[in-house]
Amino acid sequence: MNLLGKLDWNAIPLHEPIIMGATGFMVLVVLVVLGFVTAKGAWPYLWREWLTSVDHKRIGAMYCILALIMMLRGFSDAIMIRTQQAIAAGGAQGYLPPEHFNQIFSAHGTIMILFMAMPFVVGLMNFAVPLQLGVRDVAFPTLNSVSFWLTASGALLVNISLAVGEFSKATWWGYPPLSEMQYSPGVGVDYYLWSLQISGIGTLLAGINFVTTILKLRAPGMSYMRMPVFCWTALAANLLIVAAFPVLTATLAMLALDRYLGFHFFTLEGQGNQMLYSNLFWVWGHPEVYILILPAFGVFSEVMATFSGKPLFGYRSMVAATMAICVLSFLVWLHHFFTMGASANVNGFFGVMSMIIALPTGAKVFNWLFTMYGGRVRFSVPVLWSIGFIVTFVIGGMTGVLMAVPPADFQLHNSVFLVAHFHNVAIGGVVFGVMAGYNYWFPKAFGFRLDERWGKASFWCWFIGFYVAFMPLYVLGLMGMTRRMQHYDNLSWQPWLIAAAFGTAIILVGVVCQIVQLVVSIRNREELRDVTGDPWNGRTLEWATASPPPAWNFAFQPKVAGLDAFWSSKSRAQATKDGSTPTRNYEPVEMPKNSATGFVTAFFAVVIGFAMIWHIWWLASVGVFGAFMTLLAFTFRRHNEIEVPAEEIARFVRAHQAGVAA
Amino acid sequence: MRYGLLAVLLIGAMTLGGCNEGVLDPKGPIALAERQILFNALGIMLAIVIPVILATLGFAFWFRASNERARYRPDFTYSGRLELLVWSIPGMTVLLVGGVAWIGAHDLDPGKPISSTVKPVNVQVVSLDWKWLFIYPEQGIASVNKLVVPVGTPISFELTSSSVMNSFFVPQLGSQIYTMSGMATRLHLQADHLGTYPGVSAMFSGDGFPDMHFTVDAVTDDRFAQWSRQAGETGSVLDKQAYADLFKPSKAVAPFTYRGVVPGLFSSIVNADMGPQNSSLSICSTSQRAER
Repeated sequence: MNLLGKLDWNAIPLHEPIIMGATGFMVLVVLVVLGFVTAKGAWPYLWREWLTSVDHKRIGAMYCILALIMMLRGFSDAIMIRTQQAIAAGGAQGYLPPEHFNQIFSAHGTIMILFMAMPFVVGLMNFAVPLQLGVRDVAFPTLNSVSFWLTASGALLVNISLAVGEFSKATWWGYPPLSEMQYSPGVGVDYYLWSLQISGIGTLLAGINFVTTILKLRAPGMSYMRMPVFCWTALAANLLIVAAFPVLTATLAMLALDRYLGFHFFTLEGQGNQMLYSNLFWVWGHPEVYILILPAFGVFSEVMATFSGKPLFGYRSMVAATMAICVLSFLVWLHHFFTMGASANVNGFFGVMSMIIALPTGAKVFNWLFTMYGGRVRFSVPVLWSIGFIVTFVIGGMTGVLMAVPPADFQLHNSVFLVAHFHNVAIGGVVFGVMAGYNYWFPKAFGFRLDERWGKASFWCWFIGFYVAFMPLYVLGLMGMTRRMQHYDNLSWQPWLIAAAFGTAIILVGVVCQIVQLVVSIRNREELRDVTGDPWNGRTLEWATASPPPAWNFAFQPKVAGLDAFWSSKSRAQATKDGSTPTRNYEPVEMPKNSATGFVTAFFAVVIGFAMIWHIWWLASVGVFGAFMTLLAFTFRRHNEIEVPAEEIARFVRAHQAGVAA
Repeated sequence: MRYGLLAVLLIGAMTLGGCNEGVLDPKGPIALAERQILFNALGIMLAIVIPVILATLGFAFWFRASNERARYRPDFTYSGRLELLVWSIPGMTVLLVGGVAWIGAHDLDPGKPISSTVKPVNVQVVSLDWKWLFIYPEQGIASVNKLVVPVGTPISFELTSSSVMNSFFVPQLGSQIYTMSGMATRLHLQADHLGTYPGVSAMFSGDGFPDMHFTVDAVTDDRFAQWSRQAGETGSVLDKQAYADLFKPSKAVAPFTYRGVVPGLFSSIVNADMGPQNSSLSICSTSQRAER
C-alpha cells in the first residue's frame, strides 16, 4: 500500500519546458506576493481584515480579484490555442503536442466559465446586492465566506494541476465515455471533477445565501417592485444556481463513482448510458449561461439608467423579461445536442423554445435603447462597455437563434462557428458586463475612481480585438472547420486563423491596459478620490453611503418609498433646499464577527480534493475530519456578533459629512 | 471601426461566395436545403438586428450629454404602446424563425429517408480510434477512411461507435450525426455532383482527433460498380480478428478496403458482442490509451 497513492516524482512534468516555465512563473509570482506581504508585516492585517472577513463587500472584492487572476490564466490558454492554430497548418504540428493542446482548451473553458466569469459575477452580486437592498450584510455572513473560499479552493486545484500531474484532456464538458477511466486513465479528469465539485458546492451555498437575502432582508419599504433591477437579475441568477447546481454536483458525483468505484452510470459496459450525461450536464449547463448573463444584464440596466440620467425604461417589463428568462432557461438544454439523433418533434420543440428566449432578451435590448432615448448620456467607461455590449450581443444573439434552427445546427454544430457564437455572447455579454460593473462599482468599493483614459483604451482594444479575433471563426465555421483541432491540413483556413491570432493580440493589449489602469489609478488615488460617495450621480442605495462604505454600510437603515430610492431622496432634498441630514441619535449596530471557518474549511477542502485526485485515502479522511471539526467548532461558537458603538458610527458619519462639505 | 467590421463581414461574405468548400458550397439536396434555411433565418433576423445596432449608435450619439439640441425627458420611463412594440418585434421574428425551425426539423430530420425513385445504397459507419470504417452490406465490402458513393443516389447510413462519441460530418453533403457505442443512429444524405468532398469527425475524441478525417468520392453508377467490384477482389476479409486489429488505436490511417465482411458485423458491434465491451479487448484498449 503506497502512502502517497498515485503520486510520485513523475507527476511533475519536468520534461515539458512550456509547462515548467508557466509553473515557475506562477510560483515566482506567489513567492513575490508572499514575500511582499511578509516584508510589509501585513499578515495580521490581511488575516483580520480580509482572509477571515465575513463582510460581504470584502468577500465580493476577493471574488473579483480571484476572477481577475484566473482571467489572466485562462487568457494565457487562449493565446496558446490561437497561436497553435495559426501555425499548425498543412503538415506542421505547431509547438503544442496533442496531449498538451487538449489540456489547454479543456482548462481554458473550465477556467473561463467556472473560475473567471462565475466568481466575477458572484463577486459583483456580493458587493452590490446588500448595499442596493439597503441592508448591512447578507443573510448568512459566515456561509458567504465559506462559499468564497471553496470557490478559491477549486481554482487553486486547477492551478496545482499545472505543476503536479495534468489537467483534463476531455474538454470542459467532460463527456463520457472519453472522460471515463477507460479512455482517460490519468488524473486530469479527476482534477476537473474535484475542482468543479468543491467550487460548485461553494456556488450552491452562495446561491442559497443570496436567495434568502433578497427574499428576506430588504430595507423597510423596499417591496419587490421597488428593488433595483440588478437585485432582480441577482435573484433570478441565484434561483437558477439553487435549481441547477445540484444537478452538476450529482452528475459529477456519478462520473466520479464511475471512475473511482467502477460504477456504470455512463460507461460503455454494464448498460451505462453516455447520453444521460449529456442531458444532465446541459440541464445544468444551459441555466449556467443565464446565471452568468442575467447579472450582466442587471449591470447594464443600472449603468444605462445612471449615465443617461433617467430611470430605467420599462422597469416592469424588464423584471418580467428577467423572470421569463429564468424559467425558460430550463427548457432549452437539448439544443446543445440536436445531432444526437432525437426525433424531429423533440428537436423542433427545443429549437422553438430556445428561440423564445430571444423574445424577453430582445425586449430588454429595446428597453435599454429607450432608456438612452431622452436622456443625457455621459460616455464614461461603464457606458462604453454597455453600448459595446448591445452592438456585440445582438450579433451573438442572432447567430445563437440561427443555431437554434435544428437543420442549421446540423451543419454548424461543434464547428468554430459555434465557438465564435458563444464567445460572441460570453465576451460581448458577460465580460463586457463584468467590466462595466468593475468600473462602475470600483469607486464605491475602494473610495477612488478608475482612470478613464486607460479604461477607454482597454475597452477599445477589447472591442476591436473581439471582432478581429472572432469574426474569422464565423467564416471558418462556414468553411467546415471543427473546433478543438490541434492541427489541420486545409491551408485555406490558415489566413483566417492568423487574423484571429492577431485579434487575440489586440485583446492582450486591452488586458494590459486594464492592468495599467489599475496601477495608474492606485497611484493617482488622491486625485481620483470619491469623497461624496456618489461619483456618478447614482440612483440606487449603494450611492447613499460613503465610499468605501463602513462595515455597517448604513448608519441608519434606509426607508424606501419608491423605485430609485437614492435618486428620489436626492430630488426631495434639492426641492426643500435642505442638504444636511437632520441630527439623529445614533444607535449601536450588531455586526457579524469575523470567522476563520471559511478559510480553514477551504484548506481542508483542498486537502480532500488533492488526496482524492491522487488516491491518497488516509489524507482524504484527514481532510474530511478536519473540515467536519471546523464546522463543528463554528456551531459551538458562543459569540456571533460584535457591537459597533454608537460613537464610532457618529464619528464616521461626521467625518464623511465634513469631507463632502469640504 | 464599425466600417472596419462591416468590411470584414463583406470581405468574408465575398470570399465565402466564391469558396469551394464548407457548408456554403452544397453538393447535395440536404446541404442545399440547409443552406437555404441558414440564409432564410439569417435574412429574417438581420432585418431586425441591423436597425437595432444603428438605433443604439444613433440614440447614444444624439442623446450625448453635450448635445444642446437633444431634449432631456427624464420622465420618459414607460409607454404602453412602446412596450407592446418592444415585445412584438422580437415576438414576430421568433414566430417566423420558429416556423422555419419547426418545419425544418421535420423536413430535414436526419432519420427521414430521402424520397427518390432510385434505390438507396446502405452504408454502415463505425467510428474507431481514430479512423472511420464504412461497411457496404449489399456489396459485401468495407472501406476505411474513404467513402465512395454513387451520385444522385440516396445513401442510407446506420452509424455507431466502437469507443468514444464522434460525429460523422460531410459539410458539403449536409447534416452531421453523433456516433455512439451501443446504439445506432440514422442519417440520409445524397451527393448530386461528381467530386471529392472532405469528411470529418466533428466531435472531439482524443489525441488522434485532428487526423480523423476521410474523403467522400461521389462517382457515377458505373464507377461505383467498378470500385466495389475491384474492392471485392483485393485486400483481406473483415472478420473478428481483422476487426480486433483495426480496433487498436491508430492515427492518420491511409485509406484501404476489405474484400469481404463477415455478415452481421455491424449489429454485433452495436450489440456489444465485440469491441471494448469484450473484456479482453477492454483491457487492451485501456492499456493502449494509457501508454500514450
